[in-house]
Amino acid sequence: MGGQWIAFQTIVIKEIRRFMRIWVQTVVPPMVVTTLYFIIFGNLIGSQIAPVEGHSYMDYIAPGIILMSIINNAYANVVSSFYGAKFQRYVEELLIAPISDWLILTGIVVGGVARGLVVGAAVTVVAMCFTDLQLHSPLVVIAVVLLTAILFSLGGFINAIYAKSFDDISIIPTFILTPLTYLGGIFYSIEMLPPFWQQVSLFNPILYMINAFRYGLLGVSDVSLAGAFAIISATIALLFGISVWLLHRGVGVRS
Amino acid sequence: MTNALEISQLKKTYSHGVDALKGIDLTVEEGDFFALLGPNGAGKSTTIGIITSLVNKSGGTVRVFGADLDQQPMAAKRAIGLVPQEFNFNMFEPVEEVCINQAGYYGVTPPVARQRAERYLRQLGLWEKRRTIARALSGGMKRRLMIARALVHEPCLLILDEPTAGVDIELRRSMWQFLREVNSRGTTIILTTHYLEEAESLCRNIAIIDQGRIVEHSSMKELLAKLHRETLVLDLQSALTTPPTLTGYPCRLVDPHTLEVEVERQQGINALFSSLSQLGIEVTSLRNKSNRLEELFLSMVKEVQE
Ligand SMILES: Nc1ncnc2c1ncn2[C@@H]1O[C@H](COP(=O)(O)OP(=O)(O)O)[C@@H](O)[C@H]1O
Ligand SMILES: [Mg+2]
Repeated sequence: MGGQWIAFQTIVIKEIRRFMRIWVQTVVPPMVVTTLYFIIFGNLIGSQIAPVEGHSYMDYIAPGIILMSIINNAYANVVSSFYGAKFQRYVEELLIAPISDWLILTGIVVGGVARGLVVGAAVTVVAMCFTDLQLHSPLVVIAVVLLTAILFSLGGFINAIYAKSFDDISIIPTFILTPLTYLGGIFYSIEMLPPFWQQVSLFNPILYMINAFRYGLLGVSDVSLAGAFAIISATIALLFGISVWLLHRGVGVRS
Repeated sequence: MTNALEISQLKKTYSHGVDALKGIDLTVEEGDFFALLGPNGAGKSTTIGIITSLVNKSGGTVRVFGADLDQQPMAAKRAIGLVPQEFNFNMFEPVEEVCINQAGYYGVTPPVARQRAERYLRQLGLWEKRRTIARALSGGMKRRLMIARALVHEPCLLILDEPTAGVDIELRRSMWQFLREVNSRGTTIILTTHYLEEAESLCRNIAIIDQGRIVEHSSMKELLAKLHRETLVLDLQSALTTPPTLTGYPCRLVDPHTLEVEVERQQGINALFSSLSQLGIEVTSLRNKSNRLEELFLSMVKEVQE
């Protein structure tokens, strides 16, 4: 087990070094994008909008914007790191070594979570330049951030397993992740939607994460907190199971 | 004594139906220097891939130092160090990090990993390059990096898949010398190659694989003896009932009009014909019996030259 622990640490450190080495490509862009969001949506447009659920528009959108960066970066880290490892074949360094599949997966996921946290912190600093962020429930904030980062790291992993070209690693983020995030209520409360679209929105898992996170910061949410955590945890369990199975079978990495 | 490797009835059918291995058996003793020789596409890399868990097998069993690959995969993996045929390190990682990380994957603690990385990088003449990113190395250096990487966890079985393909003669010889030393310190070595010369210079035992089948599994000595012998088929004018005695040439009567004679290559056939004429045996025609092994080698030599 000692050996496995060292192997796990090696994977995590290698993953973290990778994205820190290219911080200009990994940490800076989300900060730039966030600044633009706050200036355009928060400042220029937001000043024309009535308070939402008792919070200024700028305050209301801040949690969603922070969480969106965490989602995107956790996902992007794992999908590009693991696809890169497949593409250059150095994934074989892991496959031949005596490490359990679940530990390989966990190490890679921790790398994704680390990038989510680093970027999340950077974006939070940006947010604090524009709004006074409150902290309604630190425990909820920490839990949501970690679980969300884990969930999307796993998503990125499954994407990378099936990806056969660099195009395949941008299809899911562009056509699924981004729309779901935008429709998950970053910029609006689903109560502003017609009843039908409110119902449809409830099928969007990202809605639960954004609302749980907003609850942690502002104390307001469109959905029940317990329900949100149940859905997030169940999704993580499912994705983890699928990922370990894929790795065990060698799908996409072993012929 | 346990064997370093025992393969039995190993089969591999790739997903689109290529039968790469058709049930091979292979045994490599502990401490051996073993060559798996065969032309391109014979199934060498597939075999290595299965032994090292990079390829899923379709049937059969593999044991590495007694550990069954299915039942005790961790023990089997720990015993093996692999130098694959294609470069497979992170091109953007510094040389030293490539080795240290690999050691970490095998559970070697960081201080020990650093020591060993230094030891093997020095031995392979790469220590000066330790901070260089792997991509910037020359082809020969990349090969040596993969050898260093394969040794950092000090495996009992070192497997090299065509380690000297595309490496110039001088470097090839120094790699051979290095591998001999590794072997003399007790590490079992298996290498695949399609240079007979390489196998001849390094290996004690050998298996030859062709089209997914083992066609020869013997000591290097026996193989060379076989290759230096050829069989001539003589058609006779008149029928014989018993094979004649031809000093120095073992022979066999296939039918009353056909005689097969074994000839060592350096022996020549003048003496054979004088014995035949002394015995009054008239030969109407003469041909070489086709030799599967020899054909295989001719095709390999041709491949290497191309
Ligand atoms: N990943 C793969 N998918 C499909 N066929 C493969 C794959 N790898 C090898 N083959 C086929 O299997 C056979 C054996 O290949 P290989 O083991 O690479 O031979 P060698 O290493 O002796 O040159 C060849 O016919 C080759 O085309
Ligand atoms: Mg090969």
